[in-house]
Amino acid sequence: MINEIITNTIMKKSNIAIVDTGSANLHSVLKACKKVGAMVSITSDEKDLYKSDGIIFPGVGSSDAVMKSIKKKNLITPINNLMKKNHPFLNICLGMQILFDSSEEGSEKGLGFIPGTVKKFSRYKKTENLKIPHMGWNSVNFKSKHMVFKGVPNETKFYFVHSYYCLPKYDENSFATTDYGIEFCSVSIKNRVIATQFHPEKSGEIGLIIYKNFIQYTVI
Amino acid sequence: MLTKRIIPCLDIDNARVVKGISFVDIKDAGDPAELANYYNSEGADELVFLDITASSEKRKTMIDVVEKVSSEIFIPLTVGGGVKSVKDMGNMLNAGADKVGINSAAITNPKLIEDCSKHFGSQCVVVAIDSKKFNNGWNVFSHGGKIKTEKEALNWAKEATNLGAGELLVTSIDQDGQKSGYDIDLLKEISRNVEIPVIASGGAGKLEHFLSAINDGQADAVLAASIFHYRKFKIKEVKEFLKNNKINIRI
Repeated sequence: MINEIITNTIMKKSNIAIVDTGSANLHSVLKACKKVGAMVSITSDEKDLYKSDGIIFPGVGSSDAVMKSIKKKNLITPINNLMKKNHPFLNICLGMQILFDSSEEGSEKGLGFIPGTVKKFSRYKKTENLKIPHMGWNSVNFKSKHMVFKGVPNETKFYFVHSYYCLPKYDENSFATTDYGIEFCSVSIKNRVIATQFHPEKSGEIGLIIYKNFIQYTVI
Repeated sequence: MLTKRIIPCLDIDNARVVKGISFVDIKDAGDPAELANYYNSEGADELVFLDITASSEKRKTMIDVVEKVSSEIFIPLTVGGGVKSVKDMGNMLNAGADKVGINSAAITNPKLIEDCSKHFGSQCVVVAIDSKKFNNGWNVFSHGGKIKTEKEALNWAKEATNLGAGELLVTSIDQDGQKSGYDIDLLKEISRNVEIPVIASGGAGKLEHFLSAINDGQADAVLAASIFHYRKFKIKEVKEFLKNNKINIRI
């Protein structure tokens, strides 16, 4: 299946920029892109972002650390501009959370691209005590179809690791949900920004399909 | 709902898997990448590599192993063994590990847990607790179970959680290698007293043992080594058994 993914990948070469958020999972994202045959580099230079066909914004750790990191590199304005101008983005985990207005996790403001907030999971829900972080494989229920999720059946399980979840203000920004004590938004889409709370680069072959699809999406 | 994770553990000595036997579909049971690939195709939810290399010089070979495996296999990879500093952890993460296990070094210097979680996020920090039963509790042992420490397992689990651990890998030294089941009391005691996920380790010999670790021990994940290496059960069989017993499993 992996070989199929590679051989089927992109006839037209796409140039992908991974935003250097200083996060620990940059290398996994880089390796996943390479596996599906993308031309890819890790960068904190805004010129590279403007030149790219698509941008991947990964992130693990804390939202304040990620916001401070891109602020220090003067990337907030270019990222906001590119998102507004319909540049393709794939934002992963914390990369999704920083798209919102604010987070209970920290004091730094988010990018505010998607209206809404980021909240901490509550440990006591229903009858059982939930562990925090939400760590492991959980089902994603898609509300509609999108090219980036082509070939991904509804209720496919993906790998998650996070203690906070996104709460979009408008339902139209919630593209898929996942159940962890509550039904939370696990994929959000606005313009051409695709944001997943789970880690496609850690979700086996089905995750690589999302990378492959995204890379094709950047050159159509 | 979130599924329970089944995690095979590979012991690595100087870049080679030890204890492995030649599986029918594997050419070289000593090659970490080949075995990792095999377990991935069998449905492993994560992989744990434990570096048991004795000399610190040879330990550098582990970086290459992690680099290679993480370029080929896209499921979470935890690496442990000999991690003593923030720098050691950073090296493993840069090579492609998703989580890093710390054990003896954290017992000597608990602040290491805090430093690592501040640096890389608590999701990367797995604190491994090796413990042995005594009277009404469990003693924590360091250095691969060789040295008895002052710490008591439940208190250490709580302390590690407060310091920023993202997950606990709880091994019963008494049960390890016995194939008579996980230490259910130990798991239950820790799991219901900490808010972070607990991985059960040590003692799997039968399918029922996995079920009991989850149902009675309240473990979030179950780890096993020899039962998978020696092909007593395939990961798939464990998963199907658990699924038939109403456990949420990724198949």
